[in-house]
Amino acid sequence: MINATYTIALMGNPNTGKSTLFNVLTGLRQHTGNWPGKTVTHAEGEFVYRGIAYRIVDLPGTYSLYSNSADEEVARDFLLFERPNITIVVVDATALERNLNLVLQVLEMTDRVIVAINLIDEAKKKGIRINTKKLATKLGVPVVPMSARNKEGIDELLKTVDAFVHGQLHPTPIAVPYSVEIEQSIAKLLPLVKEIVGDDYPARWVALRLLDGDTSLLSALNQQPPRLTKEEAPYACCGSVKSV
Amino acid sequence: MHVADRSNLFDRLMEEAQSLAPADTREQIVTAIFQTSAALCRETVTNAPKAAKDHTLQIDRIVTSRRWGFVIMLAMLAAVLYMTIAGANVLSESLAHLFGWVEQYLTLLFQAVHAPHWLYGLLVLGLYRGTAWVVSVMLPPMAIFFPVFALLENYGYLPRVAFNLDRLFKKAGAHGKQALTMAMGFGCNAAAVISTRIIESPRERTLAILTNSFVPCNGRWPTLILLSSLFMAAGYTGSWNTLVTAAVVVAMVLFGIIVTLTVSWVLSKTALRGIPTHYTLELPPYRRPKIAETVIRATLDKTWYVLKRAVTVAAPAGVITWVLGNVPIGDTTALSAFAGWLDPFAKTIGLDGYILMAFLLGLPANEIVLPVLLMGYLSAGALTEIDSLHSLKHIFLAHGWTWLTALNMMLFSLLHYPCGTTLVNIYKETKSTKWTFVAFALPTAIAVAVTFTTARLARWLGLV
Amino acid sequence: MAKRNNRCLSEMKPGERFRIEKVAIPDAVLRRRLLDLGFVPGGEVEVGQRSPLGDPTAYYVCGTTIALRKEESNYIYGEKIGHD
Repeated sequence: MINATYTIALMGNPNTGKSTLFNVLTGLRQHTGNWPGKTVTHAEGEFVYRGIAYRIVDLPGTYSLYSNSADEEVARDFLLFERPNITIVVVDATALERNLNLVLQVLEMTDRVIVAINLIDEAKKKGIRINTKKLATKLGVPVVPMSARNKEGIDELLKTVDAFVHGQLHPTPIAVPYSVEIEQSIAKLLPLVKEIVGDDYPARWVALRLLDGDTSLLSALNQQPPRLTKEEAPYACCGSVKSV
Repeated sequence: MHVADRSNLFDRLMEEAQSLAPADTREQIVTAIFQTSAALCRETVTNAPKAAKDHTLQIDRIVTSRRWGFVIMLAMLAAVLYMTIAGANVLSESLAHLFGWVEQYLTLLFQAVHAPHWLYGLLVLGLYRGTAWVVSVMLPPMAIFFPVFALLENYGYLPRVAFNLDRLFKKAGAHGKQALTMAMGFGCNAAAVISTRIIESPRERTLAILTNSFVPCNGRWPTLILLSSLFMAAGYTGSWNTLVTAAVVVAMVLFGIIVTLTVSWVLSKTALRGIPTHYTLELPPYRRPKIAETVIRATLDKTWYVLKRAVTVAAPAGVITWVLGNVPIGDTTALSAFAGWLDPFAKTIGLDGYILMAFLLGLPANEIVLPVLLMGYLSAGALTEIDSLHSLKHIFLAHGWTWLTALNMMLFSLLHYPCGTTLVNIYKETKSTKWTFVAFALPTAIAVAVTFTTARLARWLGLV
Repeated sequence: MAKRNNRCLSEMKPGERFRIEKVAIPDAVLRRRLLDLGFVPGGEVEVGQRSPLGDPTAYYVCGTTIALRKEESNYIYGEKIGHD
């Protein structure tokens, strides 16, 4: 066992190649197959890149983080309570539109995100071209095109991870503009959220979830003991969690 | 209490939020997110004109069509099994030769050091033979079936099977994704029980768990294949033999599916009453798998798995069976006394005491049923040197087997209780002793009823 | 409001295109799931192939293929779009 310094969460829609990427990064042999839902439990592995040890967690594939199912709850709670240092959202280049939904939702929860556009080779075959630079600018987080099964783009991804943990990246995530009605309600709710839930959770996102009537979120927050103070926070070493 | 305070505050927060929320909040939120994604895509994605209709659509047009959908599924199953059987025949034969050859030298070695007779029996006739048989009978089919299956899985064919069969599962009151968990069962029922987590409704998930053992797992494929090839296809030679063997095994699988649907239907009308829940099934695009990589990985994984099981489960079982078969009780042995005690009941369901005993001792793992059976027969006297699969048939015939015995052993293998590991997983997943018991008792009752019926029918019609 | 065009998705034939106006599924979890998959008001759907036994039907939405049973597509309302 390596004593991992940083935790990386792998997220994404079902069947986008998360497990393939996980296997490539860790050298493990998590079962892969072309059907949604085959990763029923989450897998963990480790790897070292440029002298830094990482713990990587392959979360179940989800279409959203709205907790319609146990899988989504697992993924959501992991982001919320385990607070991975980096979240890699694996998206399917051949169905970018639907996959971006999840990216946008993740960006509401954390800005420490890398978007890995997987299956870029399949997309090319279908005549789909993605301007990843422009997408990165629009999303406000790094975007890496890759093909996990051909082991293309892995190095680029790892370099981005490395840059992230060294504080060389400054994400400015896009915020989804909601309808006037919703935005007004968010504005009204925000002070109360900050007062009751505290600063440890993404307040705008919590407010949205509450407006949506997400009771499972509240009960999850309620079961969680009040967060550790900043000094004790497990990943606060190396000054990289909030100081970027 | 601090916690209670927090709860109250959270309740207040929720009330506040609900008073602010418009009625169609969810629609508004999701629509906003979708519009944002769509806008992002418009700015960053370009589609080559007319390239959009890709080969996935064309393939689906055939493999899910009214005319060809079921034909292709059946043909795929038959082709996979044909390849497995044809290849396994050759490999099993060579492995059996190899093990027989090694055994000669082991025997010489034991004689050279004047090892006591019981030690030779225990280690060579029990441990070595038990393990050797598991490996030569189990390994080849597994090492061929799973790579081929993995190719189909990685290509993306399984969701199409679920799509084609959905209507049947719906009629049976079961979940459409049960087809996927059944496909996992081909590999291992124990793993498939865990994979039923993809079914969210507890009622349908229980159905999928209870019926999963009706698809033959890797511990049972070889039994089905071997008996089918030795007895059902006995009148044919060469590739006709392989073809008939495959046809019989396909029929077994289909029968398993029919039983699954029937049992699901009955349960969903009785103990697990309810209407099928809604669900959505994604049909992912076909992706050409990395053929060499997939095949090598699946072959190595399965080989390693079978060898591991051979050492950890089959070897001890071989030893225990040998001991039971050689420890005298009065003028008989524990094994034959036990088999003799089971015999009257076993005969009524077309089996014999040794077969039933092998199934009972095989509870920990289905792989050991066949080795235990052979050990049982061999320790009871008819000590033939085994060096080819066809000598197996002589052993069976010497113990009064007919095609009915083989058929009923296949049926019993297909339908009986799940193995120990699967039962443990069922308990872990359902957290219910009741359902675990049902998962044991229900298949067993069905297995007994079916074999009883075939035995009666065959005798009544004067076929045996 | 052009109510005359209001039809449900299950009435559409393979090959036809459809614009969703309303997802009125009573089951809240499923409604949310469908929204997540791209069956959103204003979204476009192309009807794909039916299963060999007549149901479910495949739909192309947001670049992916999703199969729905009649029980679900009956509750998705909207209008047929594009040329005939």
